[in-house]
Amino acid sequence: MNFLSLFVLIPILMMAGLAIARNMKEIRTVAVTFSALQLGLAIYTVFKYLSERIAGNTEEMLFQASMMWYEPLNIHYSVGVDGISIVMILLTAIIVFAGVFASWKIEPLSKEFFLWLTLLSIGVYGFFISIDLFTMFMFYEVALIPMYLLIGVWGSGKKNYSAMKLTLMLMGGSALLMLGILGIYYHSAPEGQPLTMNILEIANNNAIPHDWQYFLFPLTFVGFGILGAMFPFHTWSPDGHASAPTAVSMLHAGVLMKLGGYGCFRVAIYLMPFAAQELSWIFLILTGISVVYGAFSACVQTDLKYINAYSSVSHCGLVLFAILMLNNTAMTGAVMQMLSHGLMTALFFALIGMIYGRTHTRDIREMGGLMQIMPFLSVCYVIAGLASLGLPGLSGFVAEMTIFVGSFQHTDTFHRVFTIVACCSIVITAVYILRVVGKLLYGAVQDEHHRQLTDATWWERLSAVTLIICVAAIGCFPGWISNLISNSLNAIVERLS
Amino acid sequence: MEYTIFILLLPLAMFLLLGLLDTKLKPRVAGILGTLGMTVCTALAYYTAYLFFTQSRVDGVYPSHTPVNYEWLRFTEHLHIDLGIYLDPISVMMLVVITTVSLMVHIYSLGYMHGEKGFQRYYAFLSLFSMSMLGLVVATNIFQMYIFWELVGVSSYLLIGFYYTKPAAIAASKKAFIVTRFADLGFLIGILILSFFTKTFDFATLTANPSAIITESAGMTFMGCSVASWALALIFMGGAGKSAMFPLHIWLPDAMEGPTPVSALIHAATMVVAGVYLVARLFPVYCVTPEVLDLITTVGAITALYAAIVACVQTDIKRVLAFSTISQIAFMIVALGVASDTDLHAGLGYMASMFHLFTHAMFKALLFLGAGAIIHAVHSNEMSEMGGLRKYMPITHITFLIACLAIAGIPPFSGFFSKDEILTAVMHKSTFWGIWMTIVAGLTAFYMFRLYFRIFWWKETDCSHHTPHEAPLTMTLPLIFLAVVTCVAGFIPFGELVSVNGQPYHIHLDMSVATTSIIVAVCAILLATWMYLKENNKPGNIEKATSVLHRAAYRRFYIDEIYLFITHKIIFNLICRPIAWFDRHIIDGTMDMFANVTQCVSARIKGLQSGSVQGYVWLILIGSLLVATITICCCL
Repeated sequence: MNFLSLFVLIPILMMAGLAIARNMKEIRTVAVTFSALQLGLAIYTVFKYLSERIAGNTEEMLFQASMMWYEPLNIHYSVGVDGISIVMILLTAIIVFAGVFASWKIEPLSKEFFLWLTLLSIGVYGFFISIDLFTMFMFYEVALIPMYLLIGVWGSGKKNYSAMKLTLMLMGGSALLMLGILGIYYHSAPEGQPLTMNILEIANNNAIPHDWQYFLFPLTFVGFGILGAMFPFHTWSPDGHASAPTAVSMLHAGVLMKLGGYGCFRVAIYLMPFAAQELSWIFLILTGISVVYGAFSACVQTDLKYINAYSSVSHCGLVLFAILMLNNTAMTGAVMQMLSHGLMTALFFALIGMIYGRTHTRDIREMGGLMQIMPFLSVCYVIAGLASLGLPGLSGFVAEMTIFVGSFQHTDTFHRVFTIVACCSIVITAVYILRVVGKLLYGAVQDEHHRQLTDATWWERLSAVTLIICVAAIGCFPGWISNLISNSLNAIVERLS
Repeated sequence: MEYTIFILLLPLAMFLLLGLLDTKLKPRVAGILGTLGMTVCTALAYYTAYLFFTQSRVDGVYPSHTPVNYEWLRFTEHLHIDLGIYLDPISVMMLVVITTVSLMVHIYSLGYMHGEKGFQRYYAFLSLFSMSMLGLVVATNIFQMYIFWELVGVSSYLLIGFYYTKPAAIAASKKAFIVTRFADLGFLIGILILSFFTKTFDFATLTANPSAIITESAGMTFMGCSVASWALALIFMGGAGKSAMFPLHIWLPDAMEGPTPVSALIHAATMVVAGVYLVARLFPVYCVTPEVLDLITTVGAITALYAAIVACVQTDIKRVLAFSTISQIAFMIVALGVASDTDLHAGLGYMASMFHLFTHAMFKALLFLGAGAIIHAVHSNEMSEMGGLRKYMPITHITFLIACLAIAGIPPFSGFFSKDEILTAVMHKSTFWGIWMTIVAGLTAFYMFRLYFRIFWWKETDCSHHTPHEAPLTMTLPLIFLAVVTCVAGFIPFGELVSVNGQPYHIHLDMSVATTSIIVAVCAILLATWMYLKENNKPGNIEKATSVLHRAAYRRFYIDEIYLFITHKIIFNLICRPIAWFDRHIIDGTMDMFANVTQCVSARIKGLQSGSVQGYVWLILIGSLLVATITICCCL
């Protein structure tokens, strides 16, 4: 059996373990053990992948395995990874690990919470390792559905409305995707050859007629784009994030939104290179709007989670924007931005959850001077903020700069002008980040009751420090990860030209 | 010279050490550790300078070195960010300037910041700043410079906001960061355009073939100017933001909310000259676009005059010094703007600019540290709280006077020599700007001596609350050291070391320019003496006579208000708020509308599925009749 399947198997075992756990202590033990195991496995996979590459394995996807699943439609459970999926898997493992510690005291129904959370992570891992369209789609759905319950049951505020809205909008995206996938399937092979769901085979066949590509590309791109919070389909994100419990926000903004970017790239662009080139300008405008629009919206919000949700719209917009540039550097930047945004937004949501757990408010107007009360959390918040506004030495900078430089290499003036528009977001980002930092952390203590609050506990520290170390490590030594991604992209970019 | 890497690594290590341990270290230990680190760093920098300037010249030029260069991030085949160390005359000079001032500030802060909450954090940030600034000047490529450029911006943000409970400090730090970020946007776009055409970030490649951008962009124009001009003007915008050039200067006066030693280090001597250094670094490239150099001259000259006028009426001593800094940096910018690289003589402005950068760093740091000592003694920034301090603070008094004479351009102090070279270079290019800058030089002498007399002479101090006293040794030692440097720096054969093409240039005074500038300065000082030596109501009367002008100058000609109007009234209220409203009500409203319509429609038609058989029969009957009618109609 292929070891990639362990990424699905370990969470399943974890669910079993959780199911028989009897008290909080056992639940935590199981959760920590298995999430650490996943993290270890993810790191092992990275090393194994790198060593294979160094050994000269030039296959597009490594560690492939396939198993017939449903013969009439030629559906396989097939797995395989390249540099991009590896990076995403690593990201998922890190965030799940940090998320477990961030939901140390989740109540009530803690067992059920972890069960659903684990199911969600199965979906995410499965999505990143699959190379069969149908299996991929199935895992995608597995990742989406638990969200409804996680927000609806453990959420806060307008949780029912938010859960419903999020689920319906993302399901709408799924519907488009289903259509797209079927369309791709029926054109996956030239006349006379058996149809296939395998992404690699479809890409190699390159048999989708151009007029069909015109139809299928927007379907798949929008379908995944909804999850990637593309304007104007992003409105599930602020409400959803605001109502979700901490770990769910972390996983959702950190990983689930990356499914959108990854899918756009792996399905829409990879399988339909012709339409990608012809139609990219439409989506470039939409994503360009996302970038600036999200940033401007974030400037006036007063709820911490809304600020970060809109900030995510802006940052994830940049991901899709860069993917559409269709050159190696910009796409490398896009994947790095997914990684970087995933880590730092998870950090943000973890910290917001910790602050909210203490002050019971997320309104920045009701808080102030937290630096004096909880220095550790505040310093982490400042670091997250600096990462978000692109301070060199933290991950945001390398990702954004790769995107900007890469996008600007486009030969078309239209693309370059749009790059300059997207660049403007670095200023607006600075505005809303510093506004929050100034109001929330600095200044005088707003509410005298807050003076009694305590600083972070050990599990909260562990969660935040894990993420900060990753953010700083990528920011200081981006070379290897950038090479890892860009080498995997070579094959894809060649297909585009 | 591989050891030069430690000049960067040492402060970085100090930052991590002090930052991570923070309050686990005793304040004294943290301070001493930071200072020791900086001392070693300074020694290394001096040693590097010694080695560099004693090596033999090749073709009359000191050969540059790249002892360290490592590929950090690769973008494309041609474009990659390297981190490395590039040593040439100006970067070595900057190393000396930065480490000297930084060391002085480290020592000085031991006394000045004594007993402050967050002392360890303060030293950690100082180390971070030193590392970033040193990294900026030794950058081998423009992107490395951009990286460290952002890092100094953040260090500056953190240090201005050091007193994070003070609202003014928070606002100032935010303003400083955002204004410079806005300028950096220009810098970034400039880099993108420049690198797109030249296919390189590397300074050595860029300056070796400066006209590459012209040839590669093949006459592409945008709004009437060539792409090359746009790229270089945008890069200069970044420099103008950091160096507080009009109209991006608004953050610097507010930045004085930070601790005074920080103002001395960052906002007087080192970071704010980054813009000058940037232009100097890319100078050969700027020379291919003379229109951008003209733009630089104009921006510099306007800033110089504007800041000098505003400085004449400020009452907060740190604000006076801040505007004086802006004005002096503008001198350097103007000098670069009038220079060209055709020959040594035409390139005088380049040398003069670097020379002034060097001398200014020393005497302006001295002025700020002196101001710190004064503030320390009287617990106020306001001039009205001061007067007659010469008796109580003799060392501060003498060193401050030396610095004032230097900045006013009185021989034999260092400022005279460098400013004189600038005026000569400007006069050589254009008489108009020459006279303009001479007037600014006169204003400089006036406002500096206004400051000096108001602090040390004017009225007798009221000692009823407490008697001002001289600062402790840790604070006076740096003052004395910098004063000595200020006295002798003018005699350094600077032109031999730094010049536009590296060839030795022998500095000689242009007697007519020198005499004019001395006469103007002396007149201005006499005027200041007449007005401010003894407490009197002459200044008050003049203020009343010119009340409109005075008020406008005091309010900095309302530039801040204009910015506030644009950012709050226009961008915030007319862009951000409508966008947020649009998002919630139109975009989200549409989504909700779909849901509501679906719900509404289903509520209306759910009656059809009532389960009552009679109803169904009626429907079947009506349906069948309808079908029958249609069929019959069609057949007919």
